Amino acid sequence: MDYSIKIGGEAGQGIQTVGELLSRIFTRAGYYVFTHQDYESRIRGGHNFYQIRISDNYITASRSKIHILVALDKKSIYEYEKDLADDGHVLYDAEFLKEKFFKTNFLDVPLFKLAISHGGSKVMANTVAVGAVIGMLGMDPEIMYKLIMETFQKKGEEAINANIKSAKAGYEYARQQCLTCSFMVSEYLSPKLLITGNDAIGVGAIASDLKFYSAYPMTPSTGIFNFVAENAKNFGIVVEQAEDEISAINMAIGASFAGVRAMTATSGGGFALMVEGVSLAGMTETPLVIVLAQRPGPATGFPTRTEQADLLFALYAGHGEFPKVIFAPGTAEQALYLTNKAFDIAEKYQITVIILSDQYLADSQWSYENFDLNKLKYNDYRLRGEEFRALDKYSRHAFTPDGVSPLGVPGEAKHLVVTDSDEHDEEGHIIEDAQTRIKMVEKRLFKKLPLIKKEISSPLLYGENNPEIILLCWGSNYGIVREVVDEFSNKYKIVMLHFSELYPLPEDTKWLDYLKNAKLCISIEQNATSQFTKLLRMETGYKIENSINRFDGRPFTVEELKERVNGHLRRL
Amino acid sequence: MVTLEDFKGQQPSWCPGCGNFSILKAFNEAMVELGIEPYEFVIVSGIGQAGKFPHYTRCHIFNGLHGRTLPVATGIKLANHRLKVFAVAGDGDCYGEGGNHLIHAIRRNIDIKLFVHNNQIYGLTKGQASPTTMKKVVTKTQPFGVFSEPFNPLSMAIALNCGFVARAFAGDIEHLKSIFKEAINFLGFALVDILQPCVTFNKINTFEWYQERVYKLPSDYNPADRIKAFEKSLEWDNGIPIGIIYKAERPTFEEQIPVIKEKALIEHTPQLNNIKDLLMKFY
Repeated sequence: MDYSIKIGGEAGQGIQTVGELLSRIFTRAGYYVFTHQDYESRIRGGHNFYQIRISDNYITASRSKIHILVALDKKSIYEYEKDLADDGHVLYDAEFLKEKFFKTNFLDVPLFKLAISHGGSKVMANTVAVGAVIGMLGMDPEIMYKLIMETFQKKGEEAINANIKSAKAGYEYARQQCLTCSFMVSEYLSPKLLITGNDAIGVGAIASDLKFYSAYPMTPSTGIFNFVAENAKNFGIVVEQAEDEISAINMAIGASFAGVRAMTATSGGGFALMVEGVSLAGMTETPLVIVLAQRPGPATGFPTRTEQADLLFALYAGHGEFPKVIFAPGTAEQALYLTNKAFDIAEKYQITVIILSDQYLADSQWSYENFDLNKLKYNDYRLRGEEFRALDKYSRHAFTPDGVSPLGVPGEAKHLVVTDSDEHDEEGHIIEDAQTRIKMVEKRLFKKLPLIKKEISSPLLYGENNPEIILLCWGSNYGIVREVVDEFSNKYKIVMLHFSELYPLPEDTKWLDYLKNAKLCISIEQNATSQFTKLLRMETGYKIENSINRFDGRPFTVEELKERVNGHLRRL
Repeated sequence: MVTLEDFKGQQPSWCPGCGNFSILKAFNEAMVELGIEPYEFVIVSGIGQAGKFPHYTRCHIFNGLHGRTLPVATGIKLANHRLKVFAVAGDGDCYGEGGNHLIHAIRRNIDIKLFVHNNQIYGLTKGQASPTTMKKVVTKTQPFGVFSEPFNPLSMAIALNCGFVARAFAGDIEHLKSIFKEAINFLGFALVDILQPCVTFNKINTFEWYQERVYKLPSDYNPADRIKAFEKSLEWDNGIPIGIIYKAERPTFEEQIPVIKEKALIEHTPQLNNIKDLLMKFY
């Protein structure tokens, strides 16, 4: 089983409601699900879609071939009919679209009529559509009814009944009318977990004892803000919407200085405003985690679309020289564990860790059996309470063999905690002398950096052990490139080399030998200038000769990327 | 018992005769009289001559970026509202670079005391106009004189219903000390605009210039009257009132946050065992 369902329509029609309910039904049925969204920067109108892929196997990307197209507007039909699989069907409401299509694979479901007659309101049309899709697939509707009950529990008995009746009407209509539907779904298995990249970052942060979150809303990072705020009460987190991103990062730095774990999230434009704060955290050695959810720039760019063009910007963010770590998770699972690692490293070395995400990672959903919570790490590196009080003397920026000074929590002892954005002495007071300056740079940068490098994991090699062809990628391209490798693996000795911990590069450089020994190495990046290859060349001197880039704001598709990789392979 | 000795900090690098010295003296004396120990408070400062202030007394210090004192102070206060949090900034720092943060800190009414050393000039960068420089004043970077209306921090604060709005003068240490004490004892956001001569770069608003104009508010002045307070805040050319111009009882920001109602955020223990429940909603 490997089916794709695409729901297309205008913003405000409820595409997301339909998509979310369907995805939940599928994961509850135990199927693996991958979803991705394409939406415009508007609340009403335009054209958006929500794509769901279901399979018995673990999947990490969308596919172009559509099996059920739910067309809530005509544009969906004009745009995507060509993408239908051989057994693909279109679900639409002829009366609503004011057009009847006389094709055998077009199923006209009177969504609005059924909504009114069975649910009592045309608002129920989306639920009718969900029922119809489940009917077309020939799934047992019980899970759907159960999920509707859970979803509308807060809205009361009446809402539950109206929705169940509507879903049932859609289900039965499709069962009776779709004579050409020949889908075969798998048996139900144990439910899977379904999570977006944004929520996974939120879970990772909360599981790392996030206590303070300040941000200014900006797509596509806002989902993290919503998730943290939703859980603020249960997990004891202070969440503040700052007046701007400058304030957001400075608040987070203040909270971290005062002794709690703090994070902020934004996109490129907001991060541009935060940059001076990144430098401040560097100088004051204040632990900080920043999520930079990329979208295409420059300036406002494509607010709701995806790109990986802020890597070098993040790398160089902040005037002056200070250590910094950059992670770029490739899946929701990696987002969870890397966010946890970000908090650990940030506090352990008193540095900034930037999590580079993007719209594709932020809004897409991955499904898993479960997460291994034992892999999560929590160490409190701060100097507090009795241990702090017992010291004879305390200097916030004391010189130590490893460059890491004790991170005292102000107010927990009589010792004063002093820090400064000016160059400072061990106590934290302003200095001008050259010798102290040199020692401070050595402490902050040269002593810490080699230790930080030891913490960085090697890139992930997916496929063959002795690769001849390497597809090099980072961040959210993971899932798409992985499936392309799967498609080629019976013909070629091909692998994916995926970096999720981008900077500093790991101490172990075995992966570099793979690159040097390969017949063909292609870098795949969602940007125009192959920024990661520049970083690699700068750090290792090694130049990647072949690149595949996409920078139209849309993620690669497996089929498109396969074709472009094939172009290189043919030249071998 | 805390004494003045406890507040002996680093050697100041201010110009001899700078108004900052009397502000420092008044502040240290206020702390002794209030019995506040150095480890019980943090000063967040920005950049400018005022930004160096905390190093010359003794306390926890976060000397951050130009203009960003209030966001850092807000973060500290929310993480540990048991700490007393003061922000010290100059007129360029707080009214120019960080103007937006001032508006929103006042709106929040977070329990932070903001002390602005207002010398109506940029000292550290050697004599450019600040947001409070009077019109027509000629400087190296305003060769035709200042065209813009001077910023009136008190009127703006009153318009935003700021909890505590006061003005003091560095030339009257006893009065300044009393204002420090009142501000620190006030629960909520306090703005104290401290008029301060810059002996090197401001040859207009000198010690004598201020001395001739400042007058103390009469004892029967009612700071709860917002309209009267607004009128008072507009006085300048024919006399500059010093004292508590306006006071409003408002709930503080932090007392409205349920999460830190019982205990400070810093005292919360990690709840890492509940992550399993958090993940349940994704099934």
